[in-house]
Amino acid sequence: MICLGIEGTAHSIGVGLIKDVNKTCRVLINLIKTYKPEKGGIHPREAANHHAAYIADLIRDSIQKAKVDFNDIDLIAFSQGPGLGPCLRTAATAARALSLTLEKPLIGVNHCVAHLEIGRGTVKGCLDPVLLYVSGANTQVIAFAEGKYRVFGETLDVGIGNCLDKFGRAVGLEFPCGPKIEELAKNSTHYLSLPYSIKGMDIAFSGLLTAAENYAQKGKRLEDICYSMQETTFAMLTEVTERAMAHTEKQEVLLGGGVASNKRLQKMVQIMATDRGAKFFVPSRDLCVDNGAMIAWLGFLTYQSGQRMSIDESIINQRFRTDMMEVHWRG
Amino acid sequence: MVKKILYRGAEAEICLSKFMGKTVVQKLRIKKTYRIREIDALLIASRTKEEAKLIAESRTHGVSVPILYDVDLVHGIITMEYLAGKRVKDILNSLEETERKRICQKIGESIARLHNHDIVHGDITTSNMILLDNRIYFIDFGLGCKNGEMEAKGVDLHVLMEAFESTHSKYSHCFTYVFEGYKKQFHGDASSVMKKIDDIVRRGRYR
Repeated sequence: MICLGIEGTAHSIGVGLIKDVNKTCRVLINLIKTYKPEKGGIHPREAANHHAAYIADLIRDSIQKAKVDFNDIDLIAFSQGPGLGPCLRTAATAARALSLTLEKPLIGVNHCVAHLEIGRGTVKGCLDPVLLYVSGANTQVIAFAEGKYRVFGETLDVGIGNCLDKFGRAVGLEFPCGPKIEELAKNSTHYLSLPYSIKGMDIAFSGLLTAAENYAQKGKRLEDICYSMQETTFAMLTEVTERAMAHTEKQEVLLGGGVASNKRLQKMVQIMATDRGAKFFVPSRDLCVDNGAMIAWLGFLTYQSGQRMSIDESIINQRFRTDMMEVHWRG
Repeated sequence: MVKKILYRGAEAEICLSKFMGKTVVQKLRIKKTYRIREIDALLIASRTKEEAKLIAESRTHGVSVPILYDVDLVHGIITMEYLAGKRVKDILNSLEETERKRICQKIGESIARLHNHDIVHGDITTSNMILLDNRIYFIDFGLGCKNGEMEAKGVDLHVLMEAFESTHSKYSHCFTYVFEGYKKQFHGDASSVMKKIDDIVRRGRYR
């Protein structure tokens, strides 16, 4: 089965094509266009306009580059939520139009679950992981328990990516700030103490962000602040992930989301996993960031497990929680 | 010193050990190599200190806790009394209903005594209670803190409520016995704590 997936929850619009091969996911093509605000954070309407401007070309390009025909597509999947309303609606509209035109079934999926399933589908040996999902908006520790994907820990305020971006903006770095902060952090080993905020398995970043901004205002070396921010926030993330692994007694950890590309975070989670005798997995970068292939793959799994969706049911859900998705494809 | 590991958690190891000729339990916070030394040392020292303080203070308010023998902030070790009792988690389901009710009420009374002095345990589950000589000992204050807010107290009780629903699902009605005991000892307005618990349930992710 070939499935086309459309991702559009936030600043990226993506189209991916996947084919299932022996229960694993083969990515045929995975194209992404990212909206960059001129200043400030994402403006939802501008982002949606950006997506609307590119989606048709992306679909056409992906079909051509994957060397398939429109008639080869068996299923259309789209990100139904969670995310920014205008962006979700743009992606959903494109998906509905494609579904009606090609007369192929339509299925909406949960974006967060897609981040986890693409790991299970493409990374060899990844069977039942605890996912540390770290992106701009989302920061969650997710694992499969009692028939659903459950959130064991999550941020109580902003996502880690958003935290890094907000700091970056305050000191004049360009969006996305994460990679720039990672580069700057490499030039320091001088730790400035920052609030370390863990509540059970949940975490909070806002106090740390304020403290980091205060350091910047006081003229502390930017490299030192970046280093300290990374070390503190990533230690918090690694700690809650380990707690979730101990709690669920799972032996695998998977990274997902845009911040998963950060080498320092990867290394910390890997050390934690090794010390516990657990396995560590991280998908390739293009499958970590928001992308259409992961939506397509989860669409395939959902459809394959017998679920169907009418156009009426395809309404988007900005607050589509991770545990709202029925998971029939896992025992 | 010969150590026998009783339990290994995400953060600490619980070992059976000897201290001045006595059999004791040591809670050792493990160094985490993934985080830098500065953060690791700070966390281990501050958490060890906070936990020891909460255990010591709980005792002064009439809540049964292990006796502290030594606190080592550099190595992150709390040495305390070994309680050769049974975990409430393991025995609760097999008790007679009247006995179960009595135990649950006692649990509630102890939690109220903690909350009267703004001690929030942070992880009240039946695995963290030991029954010995007809007393219920509270252990593992590792997630605890001092907090006077209703919200914190509600969350504290909600954790136990969830534990009843998952681990003692046949006897989840026992939480009402816990609350009976709580109401008896709590100095503040117990009904507003209950209201908080309802709020927490309703805003929960899985509801």
